[in-house]
Amino acid sequence: MGEKTLTRMDLSEAVFREVGLSRNESSQLVESMLEHMSDALVRGEQVKISSFGTFTVRDKSARVGRNPKTGEEVPIQPRRVLTFRPSHLMKDRVAAGNKS
Amino acid sequence: MIRSELIQKIAEENPHLYQRDVERIVNTFFEEVTGAMARGDRVELRGFGAFSVKKRDARIGRNPRTGETVHVEEKYVPFFKTGKLLRDRLNGKVE
Repeated sequence: MGEKTLTRMDLSEAVFREVGLSRNESSQLVESMLEHMSDALVRGEQVKISSFGTFTVRDKSARVGRNPKTGEEVPIQPRRVLTFRPSHLMKDRVAAGNKS
Repeated sequence: MIRSELIQKIAEENPHLYQRDVERIVNTFFEEVTGAMARGDRVELRGFGAFSVKKRDARIGRNPRTGETVHVEEKYVPFFKTGKLLRDRLNGKVE
């Protein structure tokens, strides 16, 4: 099993190999995909990519937290969090690919 | 937003590209991420988030309908952690 970390560069490289565009344009396309998805999420939309997974924004209400080190109570403001739910296809591929 | 809408937006911004190439680009992106995780690799996209694989230990499960115990083998599951910039943007801390 791997342990490598891929970055934008690796994804742009894959796009570059797949379609005959320049490296520069490939990396701009990867960037604008990430921007469009981020913007939709910031607007509160769900981003649903079939056979990949679904990103959902959830509202969390305020609660009292605690500093685990000092035991001190700290208020946690209401906030929006992002969750990712992988598709069945992704779960199956990840489970099969990492089987020991 | 769904996959086809993302493809549409990218296509509109890049009128010099064929629609089918835009489809290939978008599909390649998601395929690379899934493929990396299937190999046990991480994908770190600064500002957006990071995809990684987490191990779930074997456990004794229970069939909720029958109450019967079943052995659940260890398995690996996809995991996503939101990046700092996106988390801040979701909470209106940056624009």
